[in-house]
Amino acid sequence: MAGLFGLVLGYAAIRFRVEGNPLVDQIDALLPQTQCGQCTYAGCRPYAEAIANGEAPINQCPPGGQATIVALADLLDTEVLELNAEHGEHNEIPLVAIIDEQTCIGCTLCIQACPVDAILGAAKHMHTVIADECTGCKLCLPPCPVDCIDMVPVEQTIDDWKWSPPQPLEPVAHA
Amino acid sequence: MPELHRFHGGLRLEGHKSESLRHGLQQASLPPRLYLPLRQHIGEQNNPLVEVGDRVLKGQMIAANSSLICASVHAPTSGRVESIGSYPVAHPSGQADTCIVIEVDGRDEAAETKLPDLEQLDADGMIELICRAGIVGLGGAVFPTSPKLSRGKAHGIDTLIINGVECEPYITCDDMLMRHDAAEVIRGTGYLQRILRPKKTLIGIEDNKPEAIAAMSAALAEADDIDAEIVSIPTIYPSGGEKQLIQILTGREVPHGQLAFDIGLYCQNVGTCVAITRALERGEPLISRIVTVSGDNIRSPGNWEVRLGTPISHLIGLAGGYVDDDNAHLIMGGPMMGFSLRGGEVPIVKASNCILAMREQTIPQAVGYHDECIRCGKCTEVCPANLLPQQLYWHTRAKAWERAQEFHLSDCIECGCCSSVCPSGIPLVQYYRAAKSEIRAAHSARLKSDRARIRFEFRERRLQLKKQQEEERRRQKREALQKKRASTGDAETTPAAPDPVQAALERVKARKQAAQEESP
Repeated sequence: MAGLFGLVLGYAAIRFRVEGNPLVDQIDALLPQTQCGQCTYAGCRPYAEAIANGEAPINQCPPGGQATIVALADLLDTEVLELNAEHGEHNEIPLVAIIDEQTCIGCTLCIQACPVDAILGAAKHMHTVIADECTGCKLCLPPCPVDCIDMVPVEQTIDDWKWSPPQPLEPVAHA
Repeated sequence: MPELHRFHGGLRLEGHKSESLRHGLQQASLPPRLYLPLRQHIGEQNNPLVEVGDRVLKGQMIAANSSLICASVHAPTSGRVESIGSYPVAHPSGQADTCIVIEVDGRDEAAETKLPDLEQLDADGMIELICRAGIVGLGGAVFPTSPKLSRGKAHGIDTLIINGVECEPYITCDDMLMRHDAAEVIRGTGYLQRILRPKKTLIGIEDNKPEAIAAMSAALAEADDIDAEIVSIPTIYPSGGEKQLIQILTGREVPHGQLAFDIGLYCQNVGTCVAITRALERGEPLISRIVTVSGDNIRSPGNWEVRLGTPISHLIGLAGGYVDDDNAHLIMGGPMMGFSLRGGEVPIVKASNCILAMREQTIPQAVGYHDECIRCGKCTEVCPANLLPQQLYWHTRAKAWERAQEFHLSDCIECGCCSSVCPSGIPLVQYYRAAKSEIRAAHSARLKSDRARIRFEFRERRLQLKKQQEEERRRQKREALQKKRASTGDAETTPAAPDPVQAALERVKARKQAAQEESP
C-alpha cells in the first residue's frame, strides 16, 4: 500500500513538476515593476528572488509603498513593516520623466539607462519619453550630461479620478 | 400581456413627477455659446475635426475617433469655433475636460445631408448610419449604440426590450418624450427589430405614466408592420435598471459577470429609439435631447428640448431661475443616482437627463458624521441586486477590496436604495463607489506594471542576446585568425613573411651602420 502511494507520489512529482520558483513569480507580481533599483537590487525580479530566499526584508520598495508591503506580508504571512526610509520616499502621485527637447544633445545615455525602453531617439537626434511606458524610476536622470530630464507628477485626468471614501466625522460631544 | 415577475427589494418612492409635467415639451432657446466636451460617451476621447475660427454648420461632425467603441460629436447649430480647450464639465470630480466652444450665429443653418434609401439598407448599413450619427444609450449609461447593436446582432437576440420606465423621482424626460414623440419611438423600435431580428419585443412603461402608455399604444396601433407589446409594470424603484427590467419582464436574471446579450436579450432606452429614427429617416445626428429641470428650488419646472452644449445656467434661466438664490444645490441626474454639481457653468451632454435644483443638500456627501451600523439588515431587504450591503460596507470601509469583490461589489448598480433606508445615515453607496474606483485604479496599475515587466524582461533578453552575438562574433574572428595562422603555418616550408616590426628595426640598423661607415 505504502509502496503504491510512494510510486504515485514519485510519479506525480516528476509529471507535475513546477518550472521555476512560483513564489518568486507571486512576489514579482506584487512589485510595481518600476525597475528603479532603489531596493539595491538590479530590478523587481532580483528583489523578488531575494525576498523569496529570505535575503531581503519586504520594506525596501518605495514606489510600491505601504500597500505593496501589506500585500507582501499577506502573501508571505509575515509581519507588516514600515517602509525603510533609507531606500527612498513613497510618492502618492506617480511621476513621469519629461525631456526638455530644446536642451537635449542626443547623447543616447538616457536611452541606455531606461530599464523599460521608454525613451525614443538616436545619436545626435532629440530624444523623447514615451509617457505611457515610463515607470518614473529616475534612472535616466544621473547619466544625462546636460540635465535636461525632469520628473513631473502624472497629470490627473477625469479618467483616473477616484471617488473619495466618506470620512466620518466624530460626533459633537454634548456638554 | 406577459406574466410579470418581481426583482428582489426595491423601494416605493415619492414620485415628484407632476411638478415638471405641468407644461408640455418646450423648446430651449439657443445660448450665445455652446460647450461641447470631446467625450460624451463611455470609451476613448474623440479628436477634434475642426480648428479655431472654422465655421461649422448644424449637424456637422466636429469630433470623432477611430476606435471601435466611439460616438462622434456634431455641431448642434451653426456658428464659429471660438476655442478648443479645457472647460468645466458635468462630472462628479468637478474637473475640466477638453471642449469645443461654438459661438452661435443664430442662423441655425444645417449642413447638407444625403438621405439614405431606407428600403435598400441592410442591418450593417443601418448600424453604420447610427454610428455616424454619434448615438449613445440615452438612459444614462451613454454606451455607444452602434457597437452594442453589432454585438447584439452577432449574439442573436430573442427578446428586444424597450425601456420606458424612468423610475427615479423628479425625472420625466422619457415620459414627455413618449407623450410627444411616441410614433418616433415605435418607428425606432421597428428599425431595431430590422437589425436584431428578435422573436419578441416588449416595451416596458411604469404604471405611473398613463398618458405615455396611451400615446405609445395609439402609435403602436397605427404602425401595422411593427409587432411589439406594451407592458405596464408596477412603479417600484429601480425598475428602470436594465437587469431589474429584464427580470420583471422575462423572469430571467443576467448572471454575474455577463451582459444581457449573453442570455439573448437586448435593452434600449426610448430616447435612443427616437435618436435612431431621426438618424435613419432624416440623417440627423444626435445634437439635442430632452432634459427635465426640476427640484424644490426651481420656479417653473418643466421639460425642454435642449441642444447639447447648452450651459445649465441658461436652462435654469428658462425655468424661471431659483426660488432661493443663496441655497441652490445643483444635481445632475436624479436624487438617488445623480451627483452634485459645483456650479451651473457646465454644459448639457448626451448623458444629461435631468437637472435638479434643491434648497438643501440631498445627496449624501463624502465628509460628514454618520452613526455606526446597528446591523438592522434593512439595506439587505431593499437591495435590488440581491447583494449584502452591510457586508460590503464592512469590507469597503476596511479597504478589504478582495473581500468586497467576493461579495460581488461589481454587481452593485449604485441605485442608492441601501443609503436611503439606512437608519444610521451611512452613505453606503459612497463607500462602494470609492471602493470601485480604488479597484479600478489598482487594476490599471496592475496592467501598467505587467507591461513594464514585459518591456523590462524583453530588454534584458535583448541585451543578453546582443552580448551573446558579440561574443559569438569575437569567437568567430578568433577562430578565423587561428585557422589562418594554422594554414599559413602549414605552408611554413616556404620562408615565412618577415615580421614587419623586425624588418623595420633591421632597416634602421642597416641605415645606421651605413651612416657610420660613411663617416670617416
